[in-house]
Amino acid sequence: MTTDSVEAITRHPLYAELVTKRKRFAWILTFLMFLFYYGFIMIVAYAPKSLAVPLWAGSVTTVGIPVGLSVIISAFVLTGIYVYRANGEFDRLTKSIQEDLR
Amino acid sequence: MKRLAPWAILAALLVPFALVAAPAVTGAKQPLNMTAIYMFIIFVGATLGITYWASKRTRTAREFYTAGGGITGFQNGLAIAGDYMSAASFLGISGLVFASGFDGLIYSIGWLVGWPVIMFLIAEQIRNLGKFTFADVSSYRFGQTQIRTMAAVSSLVVVIFYLIAQMVGAGKLIQLLFGLEYWMAVMIVGALMMIYVIFGGMTATTWVQIIKAVLLLSGATFMALAALNHFGFSPEEMFKQAVATHGKHDAIMGPGALIKDPINAISLGLALMFGTAGLPHILMRFFTVPNAKEARKSVFYATGFIGYFYILTFIIGFSAIVLLAQNPAYFSAGALVDGVITDPKGLLGGTNMVAIKLAEAVGGNLFLGFISAVAFATILAVVSGLTLAGASAISHDLYASVIARGRSNETMELRVSKFATLGLGIIAIILGIIFEKQNVAFLVGLTFAIAASANFPVLVASIFWGKMTTRGALVGGFAGLISALTLTVMSKAVWGETLGHMGADGKPVGLIFLDNPAIISIPLAFICIWLFSITDNSKQAQKDRALFPAQRVRCETGIGSEGTASH
Repeated sequence: MTTDSVEAITRHPLYAELVTKRKRFAWILTFLMFLFYYGFIMIVAYAPKSLAVPLWAGSVTTVGIPVGLSVIISAFVLTGIYVYRANGEFDRLTKSIQEDLR
Repeated sequence: MKRLAPWAILAALLVPFALVAAPAVTGAKQPLNMTAIYMFIIFVGATLGITYWASKRTRTAREFYTAGGGITGFQNGLAIAGDYMSAASFLGISGLVFASGFDGLIYSIGWLVGWPVIMFLIAEQIRNLGKFTFADVSSYRFGQTQIRTMAAVSSLVVVIFYLIAQMVGAGKLIQLLFGLEYWMAVMIVGALMMIYVIFGGMTATTWVQIIKAVLLLSGATFMALAALNHFGFSPEEMFKQAVATHGKHDAIMGPGALIKDPINAISLGLALMFGTAGLPHILMRFFTVPNAKEARKSVFYATGFIGYFYILTFIIGFSAIVLLAQNPAYFSAGALVDGVITDPKGLLGGTNMVAIKLAEAVGGNLFLGFISAVAFATILAVVSGLTLAGASAISHDLYASVIARGRSNETMELRVSKFATLGLGIIAIILGIIFEKQNVAFLVGLTFAIAASANFPVLVASIFWGKMTTRGALVGGFAGLISALTLTVMSKAVWGETLGHMGADGKPVGLIFLDNPAIISIPLAFICIWLFSITDNSKQAQKDRALFPAQRVRCETGIGSEGTASH
């Protein structure tokens, strides 16, 4: 890629929009995954008893089971949310930048 | 090489099978499991067929390293899952759930949470910036010789340690499952992996991983459903009976002894989360798809498959508590008292055999054979991916970029990578045999720690931080690598249990209380990258920084990236 085309792209108004939006989105999602996982680990470390509470009166299933499963499911859902927006909105932005520069 | 190698390797491969024909005399060993062996031979036949087909499509370096970049996101998602779901996680986690219940779930979650991080920070960036190896990305705008060498060294350390862990696990597992001698098992695994990689390159490796992932996921699904059927598909009923059957009773439904103190828990969590994002054989998979869009899709599918798989292992482990306890023949004397499992470790063959024994309990000898063959196939898929990543670090990073300084041609680079595969295969076999009696459990933790401390910080900083310089990358990368290695040697697992240093109470001790170094080594790597970059005013540093805008544009838009339709 030549210096000219690099400058042309960076000057493009949609490029700034793309970079800012994606960066914010990616770091927010990363932070959420961090929060879910380390939140779970901190409960395990500091309040393990709260996960051993029965899910409903008289049940053997404990609160920990759905909590643990939700961490697994949240990982899948978060990646899904990212793919949905990146493969849609972000790729459309990239495409219009490319087309404008052609 | 081309004419001689196939026959030499095939001959080496056939020797153990010929020896199998003569019945083993040692009494302690498992009897030969013929169903398992037949199923395994079918798998090997099919994968060798694919390798033959792939070998015709593997002429260029791009085809060898990346299967020509023609893998779809869905296929790559399966292949990533096949690369990542090791026999150790299948057998180990179901065994952990069987032994301590809920703790197994905590552990398996740690193995999954690295995937979203890969998705958000690494996957598409790597696809847009790299060509064949992740070192292409971490060295993109830096001094090639230094950063390539560093990335290749840490890749090889990761690959070799992970290979040893896999080989030793493979040898022991196959000894148990098939009744083969340890060294034969190691030889078969080593020989097959060399054939797949040398002749079929990334195409064969990818399809071995895809087939393995499909077999493992469908086998585990069947097992979980068949097991749940015993409880009328009610998890509550399964938990109820498990609590009644397990000697620890209610305690298996909440956190137990796995997490002793928060610092160690966080440290292990960091190593797992960021280590996944620094494993060379995983990162390499992102070059097999045509563009960033497919790279994203592949992480999404992979996360789904891997998460689903961990939920299955959880069901398998819990239902095994009830279903295995119904058959006293599975336990050693005293481990099962009045239908209650008083000592889970008293399961014959150890708790790693939980999934295998459950396969027999729910599906008879035929399904036992199937699952055994799948476990073998699982190991093959993982070691093939590892070896290919190691070979490309040698040929693409060390040979073509450092030794030949870009003056090499493709034919030569391809030849080097095939010899490197052969060399790594032989090293893996030899080390696998040497380490037979060693405790290698710490090696997996160590590889994740190194990947998280040496590869990940340099990679992520080079992608996102424009002020980084060659000096910063070099010092940071080596600081992460060396501190991760040193602190692991000082840990209880190596200093005490492996090197035999005992405390006053006669128990193994470590020099530090950390089991996993990540909580120190990852921040250390980042601090070194920062410090040695901002204080760097050399000519090289100015060049490094000046190249960032162009890298940034290519990273964000994919314009100019390798093998994409950018015209």
